[in-house]
Amino acid sequence: MQSNTAGETAQGLWSDVWQRFKRNPIALAGFVVVCGLGLMALCADFLANDKPYYTQYQSKTYFPILRNYLVETKLSQWPAELLNVDFKKLAGAKSFFPPIPYRPSNINLLEPLEPPSARHWFGTDKLGRDVMAGMIHGARVSLSIGFVAVGIAVAIGVVLGAIAGYFGSWIDLIVSRLFEVMLSIPTFFLLITIAALLPPSIFLTMAIIGATSWVGMARFTRNEFLKIRNLDYVTSAIALGASDRKVMFRHILPNALAPVIVSVVLGIAGAILVESSLSFLGIGVPAELVTWGSILHEASSTTFAWWLAVFPGFAIFITVLAYYLVGEGLREVLDPRLRGLR
Amino acid sequence: MIPTFIGITLIGFLIMRLAPGDPAELRAAGGLGAAAGGGISVEKRGSVDEAVAQWRAQYGLDKPLHVQYAVWLKNLFTLNFGESFKDNQSVWEKILERLPVTVKLNLWSLLVVYLVAIPLGVYSATHPNSFGDQVTTFAAFVLFAVPLVWAATMAIVFICGGDFYYLFPPGGLESLDFADDWPVWKQLKDHAWHLFLPVVLLSYDGFAGMSRYMRASMLEVLGQDYVQVARSKGLPERIVIAKHVLRNSLIPQVTILASILPGLIGGSVIIETIFSIPGLGQLGFESVLARDYPTVLALFTVSAVLTLFGILLSDILLAAVDPRIAFGRRQQ
Repeated sequence: MQSNTAGETAQGLWSDVWQRFKRNPIALAGFVVVCGLGLMALCADFLANDKPYYTQYQSKTYFPILRNYLVETKLSQWPAELLNVDFKKLAGAKSFFPPIPYRPSNINLLEPLEPPSARHWFGTDKLGRDVMAGMIHGARVSLSIGFVAVGIAVAIGVVLGAIAGYFGSWIDLIVSRLFEVMLSIPTFFLLITIAALLPPSIFLTMAIIGATSWVGMARFTRNEFLKIRNLDYVTSAIALGASDRKVMFRHILPNALAPVIVSVVLGIAGAILVESSLSFLGIGVPAELVTWGSILHEASSTTFAWWLAVFPGFAIFITVLAYYLVGEGLREVLDPRLRGLR
Repeated sequence: MIPTFIGITLIGFLIMRLAPGDPAELRAAGGLGAAAGGGISVEKRGSVDEAVAQWRAQYGLDKPLHVQYAVWLKNLFTLNFGESFKDNQSVWEKILERLPVTVKLNLWSLLVVYLVAIPLGVYSATHPNSFGDQVTTFAAFVLFAVPLVWAATMAIVFICGGDFYYLFPPGGLESLDFADDWPVWKQLKDHAWHLFLPVVLLSYDGFAGMSRYMRASMLEVLGQDYVQVARSKGLPERIVIAKHVLRNSLIPQVTILASILPGLIGGSVIIETIFSIPGLGQLGFESVLARDYPTVLALFTVSAVLTLFGILLSDILLAAVDPRIAFGRRQQ
């Protein structure tokens, strides 16, 4: 989180925050899990893939996983003998595969609903897809939706909150009314309505979650702005002729960020929860995309396949818990007044 | 409150109308599929367009948006939410039929939230940093992170008659052979058996969060001078806690009522869908999937009204339990 700061002026605060954050072992554990999950999502292709890391075929060496990136970006092409081949059945090839040699899209109708075994660590689903592979790649979906949705929410929330808190008077009144409306709207119902009416898409899901979850951040920002606006240094900045925009975002915002950061971290957890509920209900992300929520959905209709219920749900749980722990740790460091509250 | 209500319905209305996927076209496509069983010839297409236009006029979908909204708002005052696109039933009757189920579910959940959270919070606050306090704090924190969909799926798979245990029914509100001539205790038992899991699942994250609030507000009150005075005049600790501290620390909990209501409504969508409970949440989800705009919009309005009502109720309760709070005109 400390990398989020802008400018050298905030350096002191953030290194101090990190020093104190480190002393809380539980929060630190959460931070490690968060980093590990992020790393897993980034390296999903190298952990679970039906292509080998490297293969020796017809006395030539290939790096199919890396090559695949080039092919997808149209920088390169598969050589004719490797186009659309199944690397596992390549005769006479020496290959080295990732620990989970499947992609979540590998359908194998010969082994549907296999319980966990040495071949499929977390079992397979109805279509014979490997659950572990689905979960590793599902982390990508969950985390990217979490981050982008919260990014959108921060953009809306901070701007609206800053405007309301900085200008005050009737602008504040109108924007606060808007907050009130958003707060009393049954958000989840609104969410499933929009998500179900629009075509399924991962980007739309991000946008919808972001557009319905900014109120908390907006209120925090507004309250901070109301407080800071009247401080002497702001008055002097205005007196020096700084423009409204400069005062708001260059002078006030860096000092108002602390409580917003906490709600950003908690917001990521919230967005991940919402995404999993949406894909559990079968709306939002496209049906062919395997996500933690979509595996859970299958579990609820296939009542004997306990492995479909236990593992993906546990993944959501651990992710959310880790973000909560980090958020709580940050809150204690940043704002001791709020200690003990959620 | 009125502007808030207008704002909410306006947002709902615009989303419903501006979303891609015209219900008239969908309906026509559905009817055609059944009638023609495949491709559409050109002359048939013409008569379909005519039917679509007619149908649009019937539901007022051909008028400009602001007129549609005004008409909808006007009808709202007579509780006329129009007819469902799906089965032409009156939307209001459909809602009335299912409202009691959801209200029952949510009231029980609220009750459980308060009944579990307050004793837990009191215990934690009166034994701060003890082993028990640390365990409840940690448990509440962990519970708070448990995704509802996971908890519900685990319940369905493991204890609702899958291949494991059959402790609770996998769905519905009453047994298949439920009869009105059952003795009362048997009826009640059957209801309780069916409601148990949905209520627990709906309320666990509420009581996990609320026990923390309770602990915090109790600790705050415990630190105040008048508590010290009560102790120093020799009152037994039990009386100090029950009479002096507990009452005051309950005040903030009243306001939380307003903030858990929207969550409960969202939760009932998931829980009612999973446990096939015929309540508003299930109706909402089904209507959303069927693009039954009048029903979705009506449900949206009803849940907004319920939420606003919850906020109003907690304001009134707040004024009732705390004489320091008055809702008169602010002193200038």
